Amino acid sequence: MQKKVIFRGVALPVALLLPQLVITGIFFFWPAGQAIWSSFLREDAFGLSREFVWFENFADILTDPNYLAVAWNTAIFSAAVAVLAMGVALFLAVQADKAIRGATAYKTLLIWPYAVAPAVAAVLWLFLFHPQIGLFGRALNAAGIAWDYKINGGQAMTLVIIAAAWKQVSYNFIFFLAGLQSIPRNVLEAAAIDGARPTRRFWTIVFPLISPTTFFLLVVNLVYAFFDTFGIIHALTQGGPGLATTTLIYRVYVDGVQNLNFGSSAAQSVILMALVIAMTAVQFRFIERKVHY
Amino acid sequence: MRRTILAGAFALGLAGPATAQQQPVEIQFWHGLTQPLGGMLEQIAADFNASQNQYRVVASFRGSYPETMVAAIAAFRAGQAPHIVQMFEVGTGTMMAAGRAVKPVHELLAETGVQIPFDDYLPAVRGYYSLRDGRMMSMPFNSSTAVVFYNKDAFRRAGLDPEAFPQTWQALEQAARRLKAAGVECPMTMAWPTWTQVEQFSAIHNIPLATQGNGFGGLNAELRINNPLMVRHLQNLVDWQREGLFRYGGRDGQGDALFPNGTCAIIFGSSGLRARIQREAQFPWGVAMLPYYDGVAGAPINSIIGGASFWAMNRGPNATRSAEENRGIAQFFAWLARPEVVRKWHVETGFLPVRVSVFRALEAEGFYRQNPGADIPINQLLRGGGQMTENSMGIRLGGFVEIRTIIQEEMERAFQGQQNAQQALDNAVQRGNVVLRNFERQNRQ
Repeated sequence: MQKKVIFRGVALPVALLLPQLVITGIFFFWPAGQAIWSSFLREDAFGLSREFVWFENFADILTDPNYLAVAWNTAIFSAAVAVLAMGVALFLAVQADKAIRGATAYKTLLIWPYAVAPAVAAVLWLFLFHPQIGLFGRALNAAGIAWDYKINGGQAMTLVIIAAAWKQVSYNFIFFLAGLQSIPRNVLEAAAIDGARPTRRFWTIVFPLISPTTFFLLVVNLVYAFFDTFGIIHALTQGGPGLATTTLIYRVYVDGVQNLNFGSSAAQSVILMALVIAMTAVQFRFIERKVHY
Repeated sequence: MRRTILAGAFALGLAGPATAQQQPVEIQFWHGLTQPLGGMLEQIAADFNASQNQYRVVASFRGSYPETMVAAIAAFRAGQAPHIVQMFEVGTGTMMAAGRAVKPVHELLAETGVQIPFDDYLPAVRGYYSLRDGRMMSMPFNSSTAVVFYNKDAFRRAGLDPEAFPQTWQALEQAARRLKAAGVECPMTMAWPTWTQVEQFSAIHNIPLATQGNGFGGLNAELRINNPLMVRHLQNLVDWQREGLFRYGGRDGQGDALFPNGTCAIIFGSSGLRARIQREAQFPWGVAMLPYYDGVAGAPINSIIGGASFWAMNRGPNATRSAEENRGIAQFFAWLARPEVVRKWHVETGFLPVRVSVFRALEAEGFYRQNPGADIPINQLLRGGGQMTENSMGIRLGGFVEIRTIIQEEMERAFQGQQNAQQALDNAVQRGNVVLRNFERQNRQ
């Protein structure tokens, strides 16, 4: 049964909605519209001359082999970050969910990294893995493993994945822990009485019951890896060596801010915008419906 | 007592209207130098302000060079550009093509009647920032060039003469082998890979980096860095890296750190690295000119400069400056050209003395005997008799920030063994030319 409250007239509901509409308009639709408009233009850095070029910027991007390489990097990077961040978080959450001494302290400590700014996180990892000044970087080289992420694309990618995933573990941990705690104890106890061992209980009861959380986190983590990892990449590798750690969002920055190609950069953001709209739509359509609290 | 108060009030009464009339004109000046250099630059502005009361230069730090460039361009688009912006040499091509966004220095001086003795400036400095006919476009200030720093202890250990750095790449290769044999973990490295190994390399060997005289002749220039000599050099670096004679130290200035801490025995870097080495190095070190390939006709000639110059900007796309503001900018530029200012900056920072007369005066006073090697960069800029060719005058390519990044990326892929030197440079040329064509199209007059 649904109960609907209906306002009389138009003025009051509009007035009530207005602040939200204004904020959405100014901070979302206006810049998004600007980006779409710029993506059809070619202009010089100073904005003194401009040319309307229809879809030329898009055509240039999509036929650039380097853009496709960057898209592939992004896919690998995002998948690896999501899997790593969620896997580690789930493991930690399962451990913290057990009746252990000092559980609260563990939980609190595990949440801390989320409060660290991405650039700062990157600097911390840099101090660990820099081949000359980093603790582990020097140890690896001393052990005979040629560690130098400045000239080894695979190592650079590994490093940014670890740094980016580490940042996100805390966030995932909170959600997984909440999910685990909402599982009814009596179900688990019944399974235990029936003789199911912890591993079996996890895969047959716990994992299916937290699947809505997992799906939600998957989307959040992918969006994070796509859009919020700029600071980490910028501080650690600047997208190098070669283009090994350049992701789509990092390239938007390089083309727009460093190279001052506003048209190309805008076209790339429009592509990303379409991507995130698609991801959000998927989340709403298929995942939100399955969440039952 | 009362009398002094009265006298004071009287003096104030007189002074009041006078100062109101002479409210100094504010000149906004954005720079991209971190500390301690930024502070020294701001001190120069403060000295200028103290020397007169008509103009007040407000110097503010706006992040790294590229950040300052982006900030100034964004401000211009919003009609809020600073009067003066410090622009690194890579941005020169972009600024030259910026049309009414910039106020060329020659125009500024002609309109305000202020004189600056550009004849006395180092030819390499003058050439980089002027049009082909010699008219100055920006005000040169902090200039550097690429040189070699080497560890004399390591040379001694390897049985090499610490006072004679190899002049050619062939001799240097042998020296690097001996350094490695003597247990030096990293014989050679470089900072600013594109600048030291491609741009400077092309200049001293008198080969073109791009057509149209490295872009001085027009926006239709095309890259030429996939020439046999450049390929040979990059292939050598790649091979030496594999052999352990050479180490890639990272993009931009990242390689700097490898020398002062003693890791690498030789570094190709900016002459501006001197101050840091002086502060940090725990070993005797020397400075030398960039090596060249023996057998290349006409090599070596002068190297080119790096660093930054000051550009006068208009306020916005539809706003110019008042005559008074322009006079203030010109006066400040004239202050920067004063011998004592040039001299102080050179002596305290290790940047070049941009005026030849200042260099000669310091030489006569014995400054370079007390600071051995501090004159190497200048002598290198004057190598080949100071007669620059169109290959050694400088680089005037639009979108050069992007091109430098492209060359670095392709070099990195070669150093990883994903492609050889020929492929790396071919790719760099092809990608760089796309940037040049886009720039040409966007800036068609």
